[in-house]
This record gives sequence, structure tokens and C-alpha cells, in this order.
Amino acid sequence: MHLMYFTEQPMSAYPVEAGREFGATALMFSNRHFDPVAGSRLYNEYLEHYKLAEEVGFDGIMLNEHHNAPFCMQAKCNVFASILAAMTKRVKLVLLGNPLPLADNPVRLAEELAMIDMVSRGRLVSGFVRGGGQEQLATGVNPAFNRERFEEAHELIIRAWTQPGPFRWEGTHYQHRVVNPWALPLQKPHPRVWIPGVLSKETIIWAARQRYPYIALSTAIDATKKIWELYDSVAAEAGYTSGPENRGYLQRCHVAETEEKALANARQFMWMQGEFTGLAHPVWSTPSGYFSPSYRKAFVEFAVGRGANPRAAAFEDQIRDQQIIAGTPKTVIPKIRRLLEETRPSIMGFWTSDGFVSNADATSCIRLLGQEVLPVVREMGKELGLWSPFEANAPVSIKEAKGPAPAAA
Amino acid sequence: MTLASEAVWTTEDVKLCGATLRLRKGGAGDPLLLLHHDIGSLDHLPFYDALAKRFTVYLPSHPGYDGSERPTWLRSVRDVAVMYQGLLASLELGHVSLVGLGFGGWIAAEMATMAPHAFRRLVLVGAMGVKPAQGEILDQALVSYIGYVRAGFEDQSAFDRLYGADPSTPQLEQWDLNREMTFRIAWKPYMYNPTLPHLLGGVRSRALIVWGRGDKVVPLECGEEYARALPGSRLAVIEKAGHFVDMEQPEALAELISEFAAGS
Repeated sequence: MHLMYFTEQPMSAYPVEAGREFGATALMFSNRHFDPVAGSRLYNEYLEHYKLAEEVGFDGIMLNEHHNAPFCMQAKCNVFASILAAMTKRVKLVLLGNPLPLADNPVRLAEELAMIDMVSRGRLVSGFVRGGGQEQLATGVNPAFNRERFEEAHELIIRAWTQPGPFRWEGTHYQHRVVNPWALPLQKPHPRVWIPGVLSKETIIWAARQRYPYIALSTAIDATKKIWELYDSVAAEAGYTSGPENRGYLQRCHVAETEEKALANARQFMWMQGEFTGLAHPVWSTPSGYFSPSYRKAFVEFAVGRGANPRAAAFEDQIRDQQIIAGTPKTVIPKIRRLLEETRPSIMGFWTSDGFVSNADATSCIRLLGQEVLPVVREMGKELGLWSPFEANAPVSIKEAKGPAPAAA
Repeated sequence: MTLASEAVWTTEDVKLCGATLRLRKGGAGDPLLLLHHDIGSLDHLPFYDALAKRFTVYLPSHPGYDGSERPTWLRSVRDVAVMYQGLLASLELGHVSLVGLGFGGWIAAEMATMAPHAFRRLVLVGAMGVKPAQGEILDQALVSYIGYVRAGFEDQSAFDRLYGADPSTPQLEQWDLNREMTFRIAWKPYMYNPTLPHLLGGVRSRALIVWGRGDKVVPLECGEEYARALPGSRLAVIEKAGHFVDMEQPEALAELISEFAAGS
């Protein structure tokens, strides 16, 4: 198994009442409420958490980014990946990921990622995402071309990493006279690409066609099983058999010395009222053209308050469905076992704390997980045959699987 | 308005640049090409019937809007304007009057710059297309479907009458589809073309600019800018109307257009 540590890097140091009064804090909640003194303290606390996660035995650190929102302080995951590339020694740096459509110059991303891979001595996992709805508005990128830009930027980055330059790129959304970056990834044929997601079937299908591991973000167990049914069927059509090495899962999991404390802290996962990507305004989170036409009816009804948010669920439901796990090391282990047995992922991210959880509790949670939970989970992984892409030496992509055998990273 | 005064409208499909467009046609008289708003259009409106008494009205659904097919290659409002030049050619219509409402006004203005002498009359009503110097054009990306359409009405009871106080889900889906198409062709810069004010100086068609006094979607200053930029044009401001002058003051607007068209 590949066991990762994750935090959204919440920016909780703002007047809660002002946020509640404004309502949707993602995108338009004024940054006059942003306190750089608290921001500086939090960034440095989060860096300490990452260091601790490596010390206590996590295999990877998962990073992400969002814009204009207090629920996530990372505005550029490549910045933290760069810091951690030099600061850590062993963990994989798993970016889930760079929002490709937001990039006006994907070659620049290819350069940055290559630099991170070299500085970290080949520890980069380069995930890619579409970016949330608000992200398109925050960066002025046309939501109607989101998926087209995602696919074209991906193709350009992989080409920049694998095809010797210089070459010319004349695409639909990107045009480059000269692609010839003098920074190339250390890992060959290129760093692994993992694709996280929560809702869009199109993304699952796309990831399966590429043979990229898909990381389900805190979906309920039944929904996760459906994701793997779809992934496996697309894999079969594409001519390969998918297994645990193609499956990842991000588990919200808070561990404390007592049940009561764990449950109280786990409620902080709901500090954005269950919204996965921050407290979103229904219109801003679902700009026209961003979602596939199959969701159009559900989202227009949500946007005018006529339908429930297709993404949010109540705390009790999320505890029941194990989207959130909370307890002592002893009580969370059987729950993790159930997840592993029923959905068979080999990549497990642990999102340990959120919202207003204190630095002391967040730190204690990482320590407890590392010392008492991860060793048990690792043994379960061996027992259940949940070999990670690294352990299975899985090909980095369907394209590379068809070509010569990949060299070990 | 009584049933007896309503024109007979027909609907046909027209093939243009590889896409099938929906074209409504009604009335009798000189030809008039009418270009609708970014929200699309209801099939029947009193304004259309009022115009149809004096003109043969051609009312296409913009490519990608309402019943017209989406050309995936379409990237700008100027592209739409060129498609409509093609539509006029295929219908063998010359010297038509051109009336554009809101977003349709922007398309009409672009068409006029492409063919300076071509139009008998040019009427722009609350037209998007030029950048306001002071205010902003209301950005639909930040407001709900219903909120955006309501913002175009000074009198909310007019909205309720036309769409119902709580519009149906199919109507919302249609607004979403139309909004997506607007994003595809007018996302950035949002709702204007920086070169348009300069190009308008070459237009020789006689132009009338009409604005609702209470337009909260496109500031009145844009009407003043159009009037400055279009040689020999004048600006008429209609009271008791917001952005959707056609839906709030249909008779007054139709009368204004008819009078303007009748002049020499």
C-alpha cells in the first residue's frame, strides 16, 4: 500500500461570524478578512505537520490547491511541493493536483514539475485536476472549455516530458512556437500521473483509458464501488485488467486518545457545512459549461435552491457511510479494514484534520496514526494483496504499457 | 393585444456554415432581421406581433441558442455576425432593417461594421458590445439564471407574467444552455469588443439607439457611446423599462422602430 498524509491547509483564522453572514466563502468572501500574520503561522505549522508525517512513517504527502477560499490556503501546490522537495527525504510528493485548464502555459507547468522531480530526486507523483467551478471564475478561465483544455494541456505536458524538443504545438487552446524545456523529469518515462475526483463519470472514464490510478475523494463506500465498476469496465475495453494498483481513496480520518475527542474534532470536517470544496455559492460552483450535460438538470435545480446539493451530505450520514472516520486507533482500524476489504484501494490518503482543530490535536492525530494505525494498515494491505503502483511496478500509462518496459523510478 | 391582431408565424430549419439554425418568420412588409437577447427568446411575444404588423420579421435563434445547433468551432460574436451575413445571402435578402436586442444588438453592430451601406436601418436596443467607461456590464457568471433575467426587468410583474414567478426547470435548463453558449463566444473580454467603437465610425447605415431608462444590465453610458460612435445616429431613452425594453414596452418600442423605418 501507499499511505499518504493530507490536509486542505484550512485558513481558519478569520471572523467566523463574518463568513457565516456572507454565506458562501469560496470565491467572493472578501480577503480583507485574510490575516497574513495568522497565515504565516499556519503555513509554518502545516510544514511541521508534513515533516512529522514523514517521520512517523507515511509514504507520501498529498498536496492540492484552490483559489479565493478560506478552506484551502494553498494557491499553488507546486510551491509547497518545491519546499517539501528540499525539506523531506523519503516521502513521495503527490500533487492532486495541478488544475490544468487554469494554465495558460502548460509548458511552464511541465518545467515546474520537472524541477520538483529533480530536486526531490524522483519523488514526484504529478496528478492533474480540472479545478472546481469557482476556480474557473477566480482565474478568469472559460468554464465551457474546461475539459477540452484539461485534455489538451495533459497531452502537451506528457509530450514535453517524453518527446525531445524542440517541437511546435498548434492545438485548439494552446499554441507554442517552440516547446523545448531545459528541465526534464528525473523519473522515466515520466512521473506517475494520478487523477483524483469525486463526481464526474467523464473523469473516471478518462483516467481508466489512460491507465492512470483514480483517487476517489471521500466518496461513500457504495459510491466508491460503483466508481471501480465503471473504471474496471473501461479498463477491460481498453485491453488491460485493473486492480488495486489503479485504485486510490482519500479518507477523512481523525484519531485521538478518546472517542469523544475524536468525534468532536471530526465535526470540523463539516466546517464548510459538508461542502467538499468549500462553502460554495451554487451559481459560482457550477458555471455553465463546466459540468457535463448529463448533470445539467440536477445543477440548475440546485442553483435555484430547488434541488439538494449533489455533493454535500450531513455529518451523521458521512459517519454512517464511513466518509468520515473518527475514534481511537483501536476503533478506527476495523473501519479502515472494512473500507479496504470492500473497495480494495492500494493508495490511501489520510485527511486527518480540518477547520478549527488545534495544532496540538492535529499533531497528536498524525503521531497516533503513524505509530498505531499505519503499521496495522500496512499488514492488512499485504494480507489483502493491495499492491501500490510502486510495489506492483505498474506501467505509468497505457501508452507506456504498450511500449518498452518502463525503467524503475 | 387580441388574437385577431396576432401575426401568423412559421418555423423552419436553415443550414448555415454546417449548422442547422432555427428561423422564425412572421408578418408582412419590408424585411426586418431581429436578433434576440443572450437569454434566448420565448416563441411568442407581443413585441414580435407588433413588429409583424409593419414588417416581414425574420427571427433566427442564434447558433447554439434555443433550438439552433451549436457550432463547436464558434469563438466570437463577430463569428455570429458573419454567419448572419451568410443567412441574409442565403435568404436573398438585401437592404433589410436590422434590429438587435441586448446581446443581439452587439451582433447587429458587428454586422453593420462589416457592411457599412448594407442595412436600410440599424436599431440597437440596450446593446452590449462596447466597454462602459464608468460602470460594468452585469456579469451573468456571478448571478443565478433567474436573478440575471429578473435584473433585466424594471417591473418584476412583467417577468412573472412572461416566465411565471417561479420558472420551470426546462426553462432553467434552456437558460443554462444559452449561458454556456454565451460563455463560449463572449467570455473574455466579457460582453464587449475593444475594436468595435473604432470600427463603428465607418458605418453608413442610418442608426437609432434605444435604451431603457432603468437598464441594470448594460449601463446607459454604453448607449451614449454608441450614439457618439455611429455617425448620424441618435439615442432614444424609454421610460419604465429596464434592459428588456422589448418585453416591458413592446408597443412603444415597435412604434419607435416603425417610425424610424418609415422616415426617408
